Amino acid sequence: MSDTTYTSAADFDEPIENQPFDTTEGERVFTVTGGDWDTVTPAPDGEKDRLVVNMGPQHPSTHGVLRMIVELDGETVEKMRCAIGYLHTGIEKNMEFRTWTQGSTFVTRMDYVAGVHNELVYSLGVEKLMGIEDQIPERANVIRVIMSELSRISSHVVAIATGGMELGALTGMTAGFRDREIVLDVLEAITGLRMNHAYIRPGGVAVDLPNGIEKTLTDMIALLRKRFRDVENMLVGNAIWLGRTQGIGYLDVAGCLALGVTGPILRAAGLPWDLRKEQPYCGFENYEFEVPTQTTADCYGRFLVRLDELQQSLNIIEQAVDKLTPGPVVVEDKKISWPSQLVVGLDGQGNSLDHIRHIMGQSMEGLIHHFKLVTEGFRVPAGQAYAAVESAKGELGIHLVSDGGTRPYRAHMRDPSFTNLQSVAAMTEGGMLSDAIASVASIDPVMGGVDR
Amino acid sequence: MSDDSTVNPAEQPEQPEVAGVPATSDAASPQAIGTAGAGAQQRVLDDRSGAFGIQGSPDVSGYGMLDRAVRSAPPAERPFGGWYDTVADELIADLGTSAGQAIEQFSFEGGDFTIHVNRENLPAVLQSLRDKETLRFELSLGVSGVHWPADAGRELHAVYHLRSLTHKRFIRVETTCPDSDPHIPSTVQVYPTHDWHERETWDMFGIVFDGHPHLTRILMPDDWPGHPQRKDYPLGGIPVEYKGATTPAPDHRRSYN
Repeated sequence: MSDTTYTSAADFDEPIENQPFDTTEGERVFTVTGGDWDTVTPAPDGEKDRLVVNMGPQHPSTHGVLRMIVELDGETVEKMRCAIGYLHTGIEKNMEFRTWTQGSTFVTRMDYVAGVHNELVYSLGVEKLMGIEDQIPERANVIRVIMSELSRISSHVVAIATGGMELGALTGMTAGFRDREIVLDVLEAITGLRMNHAYIRPGGVAVDLPNGIEKTLTDMIALLRKRFRDVENMLVGNAIWLGRTQGIGYLDVAGCLALGVTGPILRAAGLPWDLRKEQPYCGFENYEFEVPTQTTADCYGRFLVRLDELQQSLNIIEQAVDKLTPGPVVVEDKKISWPSQLVVGLDGQGNSLDHIRHIMGQSMEGLIHHFKLVTEGFRVPAGQAYAAVESAKGELGIHLVSDGGTRPYRAHMRDPSFTNLQSVAAMTEGGMLSDAIASVASIDPVMGGVDR
Repeated sequence: MSDDSTVNPAEQPEQPEVAGVPATSDAASPQAIGTAGAGAQQRVLDDRSGAFGIQGSPDVSGYGMLDRAVRSAPPAERPFGGWYDTVADELIADLGTSAGQAIEQFSFEGGDFTIHVNRENLPAVLQSLRDKETLRFELSLGVSGVHWPADAGRELHAVYHLRSLTHKRFIRVETTCPDSDPHIPSTVQVYPTHDWHERETWDMFGIVFDGHPHLTRILMPDDWPGHPQRKDYPLGGIPVEYKGATTPAPDHRRSYN
């Protein structure tokens, strides 16, 4: 941009690409930015005056690297289309070149806000292909439930936090991220990492829970119960919050099902559909929890559903802590489970010294076995399988195809963010531009999952 | 490690392996449609030889003579058991005379009931699965492509997963198209959620979904050449150098068939 200030159309001496041009439909198109507005002449009487605004991919209110192309009439959204792909990293293709165990490390980076769900569904898919679902030890399943719900909490508080930020409720953001830190600290205590855990692996989990985690979890539950009440007190019934979210971004059950929308959006439309209840995995049928619903089918309803789900997740973790009994955390089959559990040593997490002593000094066969299993990996029978979990955003599915080798032949993640984001047009067209922001925030897409 | 985990031919009835479309018998009773009785066959999707996938250099491991076929799932036998028979019967009844042509095979893959469908009949099959009261698969979980370059005449597969919220059922529908004619009818009219999913499958595999309202690339840039998740598209990894040693890119490391 030059720094010339245009005062009338006559002063317009921009390069040719910035000159107005006529489309094949006979419409006049102006490309303008910041200081050019005076150069635009209003449409002649009787002709339609429309403004096409490009929001994103770098925009503080589009919930990540999402680009929205909005056709405006005044402040009314006439058409809205999303452009995605700015975060496409080819994770699915990359997985075809790594072992089945390494896959956990890749999938956790898809929907990185709730990465544990990705690891869980991937592991369930591999286990389904191998037919070892029934061999997963009880303790591993309880740990998976705890991790899954921790992940749901951290995702939901981020949904409320970023949603609040995008609507101007900055205290909602600070409160949400503060609460997320609490959860991330617990996740770090369990997996060693705040994000990108690669903790749940085919056959079980990477490492047993640390000592004293029961108390950590109980303390966390007590603290979060109080914190969530604070968020509730701040936003539920808040006149400004209601004004921005109530009756906004309407999508009913029929619309949700047609567009494949699941998760809090579907439940806020009134359908109590939750895979943890409908098709239980990891022993979710043994936990008592409710599926919160609302009937308003709007942004506010989705917010309330998420708030209620936070409480339910805390209830589930509370029950899971009671169910923790000592035992193995990976399948017994030594052809699948890695020969040693990881331990934390002076130089970080790694193989236990006992195991190193065993394979380096005592057993050549043990060394060979370790080497083959870690470098080559295990084989998965040829075939295809689909596994699904209820992630924080909806049905997270994985379609895995094996050719009988040590690497996935094809892995496709059915990410709920990707599918749910399709509904933006249905939610926003005909509404105000500011409501489009609220709608996207209520969908809570994570672009890492959308673009993979 | 042994190859025990793969499909063991001894356990499966030996069947002629043909890659083409299985012949459907006109005289087949509705009960036989999609089963071995109507000519449905287990196909060879790929052929693997050697232990490490080494090509062009002698393999001294002793495993170089290994030869293994990757087979598709065998056709299921009637009765399928449980609600699977209901779904099959209702679908066949709803499709009427075209059922024999539309349904190529019923099978169980990964524990889930799978219907292999002729691509021309795909929209009719999905419409029937969605609308018929006794079927009611209201929720589609999208489209996933799979590329089997050695499955002659059926190189590109499109896999649809459907869920019935009414009956709490889950099925898979699979269709194929040849690489030389990569066209599959669009099903956006039946399941609007397929809009982005079909765009993604076009983008990644080059399957043209005829009748899609706006079939453009979705994840890759608009002017990108090629379809990245096809097997003939390289990963494009670059070797990593560290302290003088070089680690080859993942697509150039030793692989184990």
